[in-house]
Amino acid sequence: MSALADLINLDLSDSTEQIIAEYIWIGGSGLDMRSKARTLPGPVKDPSELPKWNYDGSSTGQAPGDDSEVIIYPQAIFKDPFRRGNNILVMCDAYTPAGEPIPTNKRHAAAKIFSDPSVVAEETWYGIEQEYTLLQKDIKWPVGWPVGGFPGPQGPYYCGVGADKAFGRDIVDSHYKACLYAGINVSGTNGEVMPGQWEFQVGPTVGIAAADQVWVARYILERITELAGVVLSLDPKPIPGDWNGAGAHTNYSTKSMREDGGFEVIKKAIEKLGLRHKEHISAYGEGNERRLTGKHETADINTFLWGVANRGASIRVGRDTEKAGKGYFEDRRPASNMDPYTVTSMIAESTILWKP
Amino acid sequence: MAQILAASPTCQMRVTKPSSIASSKLWSSVMVKQKKQSRSTSFRVMALQSDNSTINRVESLLNLDTKPFTDRIIAEYIWIGGSGIDLRSKSRTLEKPVEDPSELPKWNYDGSSTGQAPGEDSEVILYPQAIFRDPFRGGNNILVICDTYTPAGEPIPTNKRAKAAEIFSNKKVNDEVPWFGIEQEYTLLQPNVNWPLGWPVGAYPGPQGPYYCGVGAEKSWGRDISDAHYKACLYAGINISGTNGEVMPGQWEFQVGPSVGIEAGDHVWCARYLLERITEQAGVVLTLDPKPIDGDWNGAGCHTNYSTKSMREEGGFEVIKKAILNLSLRHMEHISAYGEGNERRLTGKHETASIDQFSWGVANRGCSIRVGRDTEKKGKGYLEDRRPASNMDPYIVTSLLAETTLLWEPTLEAEALAAQKLSLNV
Repeated sequence: MSALADLINLDLSDSTEQIIAEYIWIGGSGLDMRSKARTLPGPVKDPSELPKWNYDGSSTGQAPGDDSEVIIYPQAIFKDPFRRGNNILVMCDAYTPAGEPIPTNKRHAAAKIFSDPSVVAEETWYGIEQEYTLLQKDIKWPVGWPVGGFPGPQGPYYCGVGADKAFGRDIVDSHYKACLYAGINVSGTNGEVMPGQWEFQVGPTVGIAAADQVWVARYILERITELAGVVLSLDPKPIPGDWNGAGAHTNYSTKSMREDGGFEVIKKAIEKLGLRHKEHISAYGEGNERRLTGKHETADINTFLWGVANRGASIRVGRDTEKAGKGYFEDRRPASNMDPYTVTSMIAESTILWKP
Repeated sequence: MAQILAASPTCQMRVTKPSSIASSKLWSSVMVKQKKQSRSTSFRVMALQSDNSTINRVESLLNLDTKPFTDRIIAEYIWIGGSGIDLRSKSRTLEKPVEDPSELPKWNYDGSSTGQAPGEDSEVILYPQAIFRDPFRGGNNILVICDTYTPAGEPIPTNKRAKAAEIFSNKKVNDEVPWFGIEQEYTLLQPNVNWPLGWPVGAYPGPQGPYYCGVGAEKSWGRDISDAHYKACLYAGINISGTNGEVMPGQWEFQVGPSVGIEAGDHVWCARYLLERITEQAGVVLTLDPKPIDGDWNGAGCHTNYSTKSMREEGGFEVIKKAILNLSLRHMEHISAYGEGNERRLTGKHETASIDQFSWGVANRGCSIRVGRDTEKKGKGYLEDRRPASNMDPYIVTSLLAETTLLWEPTLEAEALAAQKLSLNV
């Protein structure tokens, strides 16, 4: 066994200049992540130095068998916390051989929005709170829950400590360090209200990078749960009943919101979001209607409501933002399985580009 | 390989092959690896075993030293939740290492999830008060003990530190340099059955006698937790002065002190947090209940040793006796603040004094207040308040001791009567 460990952890930098690049893309469901590795002749600093590649789209539901090549374009580089050394992870998006983004490629349209001069000028910041649930392998019941039964009701688990209150901390803590190593802007973690559920936050990050980082953070998380023998779920309501769902609250601000008088800009932005509630909701994750019930710290899916420090609202504005007269707001509607490219670009579009 | 051992086979935590893991609960499969490492300063964390990987790579990520590639650190903010005894924490990234709590930003959390705020106005603000090194993450990462305030800046009802800090900054109290040595007892329970560690499920071990400071597989259960906790606290910078196995099997004690003033409370709370993180990793349940098992089994207390400058100097014994006199006149106030459920523990048996009677004595473990033989002999020293329960709030107990003995004065008649009753010539 130790021989295998020695090989996996082999530091190649003494024997070769070559590096391993793990190309990562999003598969046919829009939520499943895929990756494969290739050798490159030497270390790279920028995605532009990386070659385009391709994969078998007919095996991921993204292309027909008789014309199966899907081309992946490297978009962002991160250090590989599993292979270490100069090895890298590469976040990619997917195109037809003709150069058209395939339907599941949401990054392409988002990149367009983020390169619009009005959006660039506003320096859109995002802080994304990714919640997720850990499930026992094979039975798909949350980690730490008795099989065939339920734990005691919610109350002691939020930020809890102790073997009867926190299930899975090793995964959270190893993920935190792995993301810091990789160069992802992870700003914190906490245990969630439902036992076996956790959260990490990415941000504040500008523009399209926010979503790139969330996707790679999700990839690293799933690689770690794979190692730990535990199943990762991004389902927004994994257990029906009196158990919290999982969301991906998205905190957002623009340059104008962060400057003096920003609170008025925030209120105007929230108004515009209110007018486009249905469009946003339809893009905020599959199955969200099981989660946004008006209970368990959510607002009902058909209601648009905003408030200061109100966790039962669609949009929450923090007390310090109200007090300082400037800051940011939190869109609490996105589900844990949302696509951050879609959500971040849509918020920018609705608040900066769209005119009611 | 060291193991977290329990006598009962259902709690045997030795894992050797992947196939044996399938039958044991996922989160109770733990191995404490004691491989030698070139990085001698890293504190090895216990990581869970998985049944589909031959090498545990999660552990190498947990122990990753981030210093070579980033200045950023992780700060775990810790606070006390709505029950007054539940600890909560969450972490955040900071741009660079910090030395002092004043360099740390205030933060906030969802008070509606901890019973400390309503849902429509849920933010509770965290004020950083004390920093300790994080023994789980290593490097420059830190633990931060916080207390809790409304957005308007008022301490919320469960925040007992704010008032204690006021008392400790009173000039009279500050000048007397109050020292505290706190003996935290605790019981370890098997998960799911809530029966003490090492006890046969559905039955009892042999009566008390062999277990106090005992050694051996049939007498000492859970030493790995006590020992891991000891080193973790030393690493963190907590003023831990010792540990011992207790009279009831599965029960342990650690002592924090001597600490001055408000520090005592901060150190004890952080030590409790470390203990619960360690039991979490070990798959064992921590309880601070003052009488976990009814009947002829010791309860768990939090004896608080106390002295002031005057007590430690020549003639200190007289000051100690005056302090005991004051305490005797405020017995009910203290008792009501010394922990929930204490009446199940303070029965007059099992090395306690009865809850409604105040008594004191030299070397007498059946008293409310015990004075050590060396204190009596030297004529100066300290006193031990044996009344607080294991689930007491150290901020309350330490500040109340200071308040009653330094700031409060009884009427002359009351004082005279009490002196007679307790045969204290003061």
